[in-house]
Amino acid sequence: MWSWIPGNASLIWQLTWENLKLGVLPALYGLVISLPLGIIAARWRWFYPPVLTVVNILYAVPSLALFVALIPKFGLTDTTVIIALTVFSLCVILPNVVAGLRGVPPAVTQAATAMGYGQLRRLAFVELPLAVPVIIAGLRVGVVSSISLASVGQLIGVSSLGYLFIDGLQRSFPTEIYVGIAGVIVLALVCDLILVAVRRSLTPWLART
Amino acid sequence: MSFFSWAWDWVTTGANWHGADSIPQQVLAHLGYSGLALLIATLIAVPAGVAIGHRGGKAAVVVTNFANAWRAIPTLGLLTLLAVFLGFSALTWLLPLVALGIPPVLVNACEGVAGVDPGVRDAAKGAGMTTWQQIASVEVPIALPLILVGLRTSAIFVVATATLAAEIGLGGLGRFIIDGLASSEYGPVAGGALLVVILAICVLALFALISRLAVPAGLRKQGRPE
Repeated sequence: MWSWIPGNASLIWQLTWENLKLGVLPALYGLVISLPLGIIAARWRWFYPPVLTVVNILYAVPSLALFVALIPKFGLTDTTVIIALTVFSLCVILPNVVAGLRGVPPAVTQAATAMGYGQLRRLAFVELPLAVPVIIAGLRVGVVSSISLASVGQLIGVSSLGYLFIDGLQRSFPTEIYVGIAGVIVLALVCDLILVAVRRSLTPWLART
Repeated sequence: MSFFSWAWDWVTTGANWHGADSIPQQVLAHLGYSGLALLIATLIAVPAGVAIGHRGGKAAVVVTNFANAWRAIPTLGLLTLLAVFLGFSALTWLLPLVALGIPPVLVNACEGVAGVDPGVRDAAKGAGMTTWQQIASVEVPIALPLILVGLRTSAIFVVATATLAAEIGLGGLGRFIIDGLASSEYGPVAGGALLVVILAICVLALFALISRLAVPAGLRKQGRPE
């Protein structure tokens, strides 16, 4: 049973790496898109409700459905999975960017203005740093869900740890599925811990919780 | 051809609406799986979340962290694992869907109740309410908007993921997608995907309606919690 693992170590490593890529890239792209959108939405309030409606609807789209909807354009490739997961990450990160920026106490922004900060400098050095914990909370959800959802990409033939689920099911071989599940969970938790560490280093003024 | 033209052609083909494994049957199967899973998840998560939120303190923080870690469990993995052990029994599809549906409801119920203004709690106590009365007629109604947000999230997760049940040989709208992929026919794949999306949007609309009707008038003005 368990001898399957050492015998297939290189396969497991390769799938883990693919899964990592399919999980982390979308979350990063999602963050890159969410930041400007979130900054706009936090500043001009009318912009946010329609964006939030679109985000809620997109988030309701099943991952498999979004994968297959992208097939005519991008084929059965990594790109299809990465774009779809980027959309989902965006949906969880954007609301947090907006909440983080809006949560900056008015007294703090007024103090910054009084000290002669212009709008851009205040955004970069006061508002965004204070919003970091909330933004990273969203990023954590984005990374963990992307890593977990990437395995569904296997159903359209994009390889990830999901390969072990499908292959294990076809061969009725639970060991393979255990390895896949454990791999996904470990990958997600490691990324999550890294983000917690990033948050701590970016916000040294906060209590270590 | 684009996704939508493929999907539209397939959905508007009359033959797909009649007979065994037709669109109406698979929609019903999909709603059946999702509805039952959501019901069980709600029956477990709402009382648990309310109880933990009512007690407050560290437990509420633990629940939130626990629920976040829970997200890491890949549903497809759980589904295939159970299929290997249990075959095509009801538990095979029910357990993963219930497991998926619990965390959002649990976290929101817990946060909603824990977040009730202490002044309001004291007032309820001061007015002579028993603990049960406080929970049932003060804390839960105040937490209701947040509980509904949790239910909506769960419902969306469950409806979306019920698609995967087809991978282990069950019905539902995923049937069209999985079979279409297996036989390299894009029509049913696109059509099935479109129908799941429509179903998910209907669920969103349903919850928008429910929260309008169920949330007490006095709480509505505060705006929607996220």
